[in-house]
Amino acid sequence: MFAAAGDAMLSHGMKQTGNIAIHHLESVIFAILNPWVAIGILLLLAFFATYMTALSWADLTYVLPATSLGYVLLAFVARFLLHEHVSPLRWLGIALITGGVGFIAGGPALTEHPAMECCGATSPVLAKTASHEAPSGMKS
Amino acid sequence: MKGLYTWGGILAITLASVVGDVLLARAMKQVGDVGDLWREHGLLAVIRRTLGNPHFFFGVTAMAAAFFSLLFALSWGDVSLVGPAAASLTYIGNAFAAKIFLHERVDRRRWIAASLVAAGVALLAG
Repeated sequence: MFAAAGDAMLSHGMKQTGNIAIHHLESVIFAILNPWVAIGILLLLAFFATYMTALSWADLTYVLPATSLGYVLLAFVARFLLHEHVSPLRWLGIALITGGVGFIAGGPALTEHPAMECCGATSPVLAKTASHEAPSGMKS
Repeated sequence: MKGLYTWGGILAITLASVVGDVLLARAMKQVGDVGDLWREHGLLAVIRRTLGNPHFFFGVTAMAAAFFSLLFALSWGDVSLVGPAAASLTYIGNAFAAKIFLHERVDRRRWIAASLVAAGVALLAG
C-alpha cells in the first residue's frame, strides 16, 4: 500500500512539474520540492523500511512478488471505494498476480545461500536456512 | 522521441532496480533477522549494522538512480505504462539476478510465480 500510494503521489506531482528535458537533467532534483513528490517520497521510505525488514529473513524472489499484492489492493480500493471502472483485462491481471503470489506463498521463504556462508555473514539467520522456514510468526 | 525517452527511462529503472534489489538483499542477509536483532540488541544496533554494511550503501545508491529514472520516465510517459512495465521487467530481471548473484534456489514454482506476477502487472496497464 505504501508503494502504490507513493507512486500515485509521485505521478501527480511530476505531472505538475512538467516534462524533464534530457539536456536539463538537473531539474529532476528540484522536482522533489513539489509537495506531492515530497509526500510520495515519505510513503516510499515507509515501504523501503518494511521491504528491508522482510529481506532480512526471506529471499528476494519470495519478497518481491509478494509486494505485488499492493497492486491488487489498489485495484479493489479503486473499484469499491473510489467507484472507478476496472476493465476485465485488469481483473485478469489481478487474478494472475494473486495466483503468482499464491504460488510462492506455498513454498519456503528462505533457501540456502552458499555464497553468504563464505562472505562474512554475521547473523543467526543463516542457521535458519537449513530448516527452510521463515521466522515464527513472520511468515505470511 | 517521447516513446524513446519513456522506454529509455523504463530500462534505466529496471537495470538500477535489479542492481539495487540484489545489493540490498545481500546486505540484509548479512545484517540478519531484523526482528531477532531488535529483540536482542535494540533498534540502534539494527540501524548501526544496516547503515554500516557496504552493500546497503551501494544498494541505496542504485535505488536512488532508479528513483530519479522513475521521475524522468514519469515526466514523459503515463504512470499506467511506466509503473507496470518497469515492475514487470524488474520481477523477471530479479529472478535471474537472484539465482546468479544471491544463489537463491529459484525453482519452477518461483519462475512461474515471477512470470505470473510480471504478466499480471503488465495487464494492469491495459
